[in-house]
Amino acid sequence: MRSGVLLLLALLSMAPALAQQPAIAPPPSAAPPEDGQWTMPAKNYASTRFSGLDEINTGNVKGLQVAFTFSTGVNRGQEAAPLVVGSTMYVLSPWPNILYALDLARPGAPMKWRYDPKAEPASQGVACCDVVNRGPTYAEGKIFYNTLDAHTVAVDAETGREVWRVKVGDINIGETTTMAPLVVKDKVLVGNSGGEYGVRGWLKALDINSGEVRWTAWATGPDGDVLIGPEFKPFYENDRGTDLGVTTWPPEAWRQGGGNMWGWISYDPDLDLIYHGTGNPGPWNHEARPGDNKWTAGIFARNPDTGAARWFYQWSPHDVYDHDGINEQILLDMDWNGEPRKVLVRPERNGFVYVLDRTTGEVLSANPFHALTAISGVDLKTGRPHMVSEKEPKTGKVVRDICPNASGAKDWNPSAFSPRTGLLYLPHANLCMDFEGVEPNYIAGTPYVGANVHMKPGPGGHRGEFSAWDIRAGKEVWTINEPFPVWSGALVTAGDVVFYGTMEGWFKAVDARSGEVLWQFKTSSGIIGQPTTYRGPDGHQYVAILAGVGGWPGVIVSGDLDARDKTAALGFVGAMGDLPQHTTKGGTLYVFRLP
Amino acid sequence: MCSAFLKGIALVVVLALPASARELRVCADPNNLPFSNERGEGFENRIAAVIAEQMGAEVSYTWWAQRRGFIRNTLREGRCDLIPGTVANMEMLRTTAPYYRSGYVFVTRGVDALDIGSFDDPRLRTLRVGVQLIGDDGSNAPPAHALERRGITGNMRGYTVYGDYAEANPAGRIVRAVAEGEVDVAVVWGPFAGYFAPRQAVELSIRPVTPGIDGPMLPMVFDISMGVRREDEPLREEVDAALKARRADVDAILASYGVPRLDRTEARR
Repeated sequence: MRSGVLLLLALLSMAPALAQQPAIAPPPSAAPPEDGQWTMPAKNYASTRFSGLDEINTGNVKGLQVAFTFSTGVNRGQEAAPLVVGSTMYVLSPWPNILYALDLARPGAPMKWRYDPKAEPASQGVACCDVVNRGPTYAEGKIFYNTLDAHTVAVDAETGREVWRVKVGDINIGETTTMAPLVVKDKVLVGNSGGEYGVRGWLKALDINSGEVRWTAWATGPDGDVLIGPEFKPFYENDRGTDLGVTTWPPEAWRQGGGNMWGWISYDPDLDLIYHGTGNPGPWNHEARPGDNKWTAGIFARNPDTGAARWFYQWSPHDVYDHDGINEQILLDMDWNGEPRKVLVRPERNGFVYVLDRTTGEVLSANPFHALTAISGVDLKTGRPHMVSEKEPKTGKVVRDICPNASGAKDWNPSAFSPRTGLLYLPHANLCMDFEGVEPNYIAGTPYVGANVHMKPGPGGHRGEFSAWDIRAGKEVWTINEPFPVWSGALVTAGDVVFYGTMEGWFKAVDARSGEVLWQFKTSSGIIGQPTTYRGPDGHQYVAILAGVGGWPGVIVSGDLDARDKTAALGFVGAMGDLPQHTTKGGTLYVFRLP
Repeated sequence: MCSAFLKGIALVVVLALPASARELRVCADPNNLPFSNERGEGFENRIAAVIAEQMGAEVSYTWWAQRRGFIRNTLREGRCDLIPGTVANMEMLRTTAPYYRSGYVFVTRGVDALDIGSFDDPRLRTLRVGVQLIGDDGSNAPPAHALERRGITGNMRGYTVYGDYAEANPAGRIVRAVAEGEVDVAVVWGPFAGYFAPRQAVELSIRPVTPGIDGPMLPMVFDISMGVRREDEPLREEVDAALKARRADVDAILASYGVPRLDRTEARR
């Protein structure tokens, strides 16, 4: 009786909202009905990270308690999403990239098997950054993932037996793989990391059964390499022309131009297009690579069967700030000025949430979610950002208060979208930086002067925020300030609860409509992972997260960096000096349920 | 070749030592001549041996590619205690008094008789110019900055200092590029040029760059020291004393590798 009244009240309170605002929802083909599983990091092809499960809701979430925990055995940054297929959970560690299968049907979820890909230890020394991995994915009875030493593996989901393992890159030239693959039809899509070493970016499609490369789309170079052909119809004039991946660079510079694909891919089955970003141009500082440096720091729509490019849009032509364009893209259908549009929503490093028409690549809106001094807006006619030239870094020149900083308003960690609220849940940073001249440095037997980058909190003094974003209006609805940058992903459910983690180790549940923190739990280490939720074999809803600090801002803890060295991790240590007082290294899975 | 190098990188190689012997634990790159390699053929290997001898110790090595994270993963992890070559006064380390000073140099083919000695030489606008490329965001080898400040970008070709690690001594590639005619002139850190130039099939010419400091803040000349952990003052003092005591041996080793010296008058031709 009581719940019936509550339901009625809930329906009444929602009704006006629904009436005045037409629905925003992912295309059904890219976001199938809830089945209680979580088989890919983004939950579905539309990348909503929305679960239809609602047993855990705003009314009862405060009762959440630990169901079980599991150590990954690796105390480095844990960025992976725990997957659930049937009654098995799959957990992937950072390097050495061990995959664990946990049996959810038995008490305490004991290990069914573990798979060790024997990733090359040298990849730690030759690879550029932290040793993170953004997760495995599941399809057709197999788990697919990348290992730090530039291999992709397929593992039998039932037995843990290796089905295939292929080398996709070369760690000898600084190439690694850290992204989560996406499986589309009979292809496993993977991309590389390593732009700082002059590694040229690519996206490859591997055969799901053999691992053989079916196509490779490079991020720079001649049209043939980029898979630009007759199907390519970019919306903006800037992106039309022959071999722009060569001509928008000084001669030959495209060969080591970066544009690496280490982020997220989405897929629209109706349009039969995949969407993926490209990383920042490298490895030159920007003064040495005049030009737009295509096709870096942008987004491609491609045919998944052939890789052929359909359109491209460049977030940051001639990027000067290390603003990789590889964040998540959420596919939604909505009315735009009275017209139904298929859109793609992208919260970008440069501080704007973009809404693009995903059929054509037209920018419908771009609104800031972060304090900005380096960029003043986006010209919707040309698609180009207005850059503030006084804030442009130059060797030996002191430039203060550049916002956002090099890691951007928001890095790789993905947002979530709820069709129930129509809001995007956006984990992000609040950081600015100073370029304070140069200081001597030394690498590979070579002395040089490095930019002395000092990162610091943005306006308000806090370093992170978790916001709910109204896509149509292009503005924040509510925001939670966090002392540290929010480097975890987000999850939202039909119980109208949003989950995310903080770098001190708090795992939080928030009311999706009001932003009220309803529950929080202190885990063993800072959280930079991706929360997921599932229906267990017992029919009840569970929520999972990996704790274990690291990544770019957290390497001060996971890599034992010296807090006195303010310029370590490209100046990030300067902004994170107090993190070691709040958390220590870790690598633990936490799974929660209601009593 | 590839796997042999790679296997060595992350391994801690400890030589068998008598129980009483003292150990000088050195962090070094297994594949970066003329500085070091895992066969002990670099001048840093040889100088480390001299220092150890002076200290009454034996050298052991932790091999790790000298890239981003090198100090973090070796010295800071406590796997080893001494980095035999680094820039003096580097923020992350405590460094000894410098034991040599070198500079960036122009490398050209002798037969071309270009004799370029300045970044302001107008021919640099039309020749093909190779430069070492660091690729740490926002920073690069000083010659690259010096050229781009002058708008010389279209004819500049970058050679990453990391190169292809599957090859022997990947950083030597830029000198080979001059010898093989891939570029007309390369701007190279002195010790690389001094070592690799005489090993090419054609005669190469080396000349220090000018100006020595370009613009307000771009040095082309660097003092090189050994480095220890910042809190490891006793070891720094001991290594300093050993470097001083064995000055002549150290100089002889550097000379035998052709390191262009800018701290000794006889080298300033």
